[in-house]
Amino acid sequence: MTSRTFVAACLVPLAAFTLAFLALPLVRLLQGSVETEAGWAIYLQILQKPRYLETLVNTVLVSLAVSVTALLISTVAGVFLARNRFFGRGLLLSILTLPLAFPGVVVGFMIILLGGRQGLFNQLLPGHVVFAYSLTGLFLGYLYFSIPRVLLTVMAAVEKLDPALEEAARTLGASPLRVVVDVILPGLAPSLVAAGAIAFATAMGAFGTAFTLATNIDVLPMVIYTEFTLSANIAMASALSVLLGLVTWVLLLAARSFTGTTVAAGG
Amino acid sequence: MNRSFSWWLQLAVTLLTAAFLIVPAIQSILAGLTVSYFRGLSSGLTLKWITRVWELYADSIFLSLWLAVSCLVVTLVIGVPAAYALARNPGRLSRVLEEFISLPLAVPGLALALALLQLYGTVTGFRTSWTFILVGHVLYTLPFMVRSVLAVLMAMDFKTLEESAATLGATAPTRFWTIIVPNAMPGILAGALTVVTLSIGEFNLTWMLHTPYLKTLPVGLADSYASMRLEVASAYTLIFFVMIVPLLMAMQWATARAQRIAQ
Amino acid sequence: MTLTVKNTAKTFPDGTRALLPTDLTVGEGEILSLLGPSGCGKTTLLRIIAGLEQPDAGSRVFFGETDVTGLAVERRNVGMVFQSYALFPNMSVRANVGYGLKVRHVPKAERDRRVDEVLQLCRLADYADRPVQALSGGQQQRVALARAVAPRPKILLLDEPLSALDAALRDSLRDELAAMLRQFRITAVFVTHDQAEALAIADRIAVMSEGELQQVGAPEDLYHAPASAFVARFIGNAIPLTGERDNGALILKGGRLELAENSANKEVYVRAESIRLDPEGSLAGVVETAVFSGGHYRLAIRDVLSDGALLQAHHPGKTAPKSGDTVRLSISPSDLLYLSDQPSGPK
Repeated sequence: MTSRTFVAACLVPLAAFTLAFLALPLVRLLQGSVETEAGWAIYLQILQKPRYLETLVNTVLVSLAVSVTALLISTVAGVFLARNRFFGRGLLLSILTLPLAFPGVVVGFMIILLGGRQGLFNQLLPGHVVFAYSLTGLFLGYLYFSIPRVLLTVMAAVEKLDPALEEAARTLGASPLRVVVDVILPGLAPSLVAAGAIAFATAMGAFGTAFTLATNIDVLPMVIYTEFTLSANIAMASALSVLLGLVTWVLLLAARSFTGTTVAAGG
Repeated sequence: MNRSFSWWLQLAVTLLTAAFLIVPAIQSILAGLTVSYFRGLSSGLTLKWITRVWELYADSIFLSLWLAVSCLVVTLVIGVPAAYALARNPGRLSRVLEEFISLPLAVPGLALALALLQLYGTVTGFRTSWTFILVGHVLYTLPFMVRSVLAVLMAMDFKTLEESAATLGATAPTRFWTIIVPNAMPGILAGALTVVTLSIGEFNLTWMLHTPYLKTLPVGLADSYASMRLEVASAYTLIFFVMIVPLLMAMQWATARAQRIAQ
Repeated sequence: MTLTVKNTAKTFPDGTRALLPTDLTVGEGEILSLLGPSGCGKTTLLRIIAGLEQPDAGSRVFFGETDVTGLAVERRNVGMVFQSYALFPNMSVRANVGYGLKVRHVPKAERDRRVDEVLQLCRLADYADRPVQALSGGQQQRVALARAVAPRPKILLLDEPLSALDAALRDSLRDELAAMLRQFRITAVFVTHDQAEALAIADRIAVMSEGELQQVGAPEDLYHAPASAFVARFIGNAIPLTGERDNGALILKGGRLELAENSANKEVYVRAESIRLDPEGSLAGVVETAVFSGGHYRLAIRDVLSDGALLQAHHPGKTAPKSGDTVRLSISPSDLLYLSDQPSGPK
């Protein structure tokens, strides 16, 4: 066997699998979305029917809020942990990255334990504080999911910053706050944009958390799920899936061109 | 040492965030081990919820382990040779292919599951078998394997190593087994641990692809959250933690090691 | 095993002609050096001989009487030492050296015997079970050589085998490598850009420039009778002397230089070691710098050459003139190089 044939043969399993279980199904999904009488106009309907449009707006708003909040919290904690060495730092770091392995359903359960009917807050302040099954719960769930991912990105970026730049700014008389604004944040900006985009895309597509918490909240993945299973509106479910997939894919593609890294989006 | 106000503020944010993440996890561990969650620890510790979970969901745990191992085997067989081929031909076509197989990282699992269901949902023998779920898991984990191996390969001068093996008389398959695979091992290991960790925790695709007779661990979790008392759900979550946390730690260790080598 | 390369050329997909049609023969047991500046095509030629590069149509490579042009690299039975050594990091020294025998399914006992023998020859016996990363640069180089010769290749190829070492080590390993190559008695081709290396190791040197062989010959022949200005410059750093011709002499800014007979219409080159300080000399110049370098002084003398460049001279005495001194120089007509006008030269 020549080298060239061997290398080509190495690609055959991948090509076969990808064709059968990724390329063709995606084509079928697109096809499935335009199979009704509406045809391609189904994509217009998404924007015209209030239910879908509201869902879309809801999803975007929650995702946006999650990204911004996760960025704020993770940047503060990430810069802090990357720049300070103290007793218990390792433990803190482990705690903050632990949820990386939690699937969305488990994250949903964590929020139920905090804000459900039997949750921590409702036990401390009985009868008043149930937020798990609302948009707030969803927001907190997505936040729970995103913080470890954003934090790791930020910390990796902080470790790549040249400490000499900060020291130079200090010697030139800049206050600590000015150093953050003038040196650290500009240095982190590409990673922050990328991490924010990843958090946004993840929140847009997160199904497990919403499934556990939000039987009544209209976010895109839940609507897709109910259209498909309850309403058997396969065309609309497909169209919404195509739209959702396109949005998240384009976002992550743009984000990666900033840093060249990918963090697992699913779960 | 004198700490500034801003230092304490940052510490407070970090601690609060850590609390937000760890408190419910601790709650779930405690709830899974106490007689009555509502009465708290004073009701006493028990393993009966764990036993109950085992009676109810042992099948789903074994199915998840079986799926994870199968998924690992498939991603190794598909992913390692593919990473090698992509590294050998670093052209634009390879970039496009790599981008395409990475789609499942970006496109939500729900959308992928719908796509699979529409194409293969009517192939009953396949639709109702565990291999249908396996396809979903492979789809989602394969890019991690390919990228992990690819990164390690690109960081070493594997082309010259291969050329030198070739001048010594090694054929292409021999070179792959004796030179490429052993030297890509840190990447393969990191990829393997990632694949197993993600496969065990995968829900989004699995929920759509599973049948009532084929519940994986996370599907069982969702089921217990919806229909079981809190203690059982917590005990089940605890079992999941015990499985996934060591895996996560091993995965992080292996990934850091592979990245050190790749630098 | 003799090596014959016939009409062999290489054009890369982007149209670059790395190697123009080349003919070359290396005798049984001979050590030939391909010498030239980077980008001259020497490594391309080596890789074509190895089978790592596919030459253009019409090219032919023979090992002995066998045409190996279409033969894959792994079936050619060559040994190759790579510039970076390319030792397998996943194997010990012994496993590296035994790899070529193992993939050819040589029985274990026979394999161990041969590996031990080669390790002994290359003075690696003490390191046999170490991982290759634990070795020094010089030891790694010996492992690379041992690994290449262990399967008893028909042809041994070496790509800049000393360039990964630092300068001090390079000098001491040069003669050692030459001695080891001789004891293996394998037809060998080795690529280098360092003339000192080529002169020290090779039986014959093939000087290359811009994808073409310039001259092939024994080191002495290339040094004393370069066929072109490029060879003269590249081996021994000869510099051109230009000036008006006057009745068998050359008029330089520093004076009149007698030439040998039959030198008309030929370009005149001189090397630093041919220039002597001589109170009776016909040339005069002013010392710009005088640098002591152990065996001799390196003098840079101005106002001798007509083009304004400095003339480099090696002066073997125990004392040297100082910067600013006026000196007289002589160059024996027989020490000058007379080269026919020809287009190729360094750019």
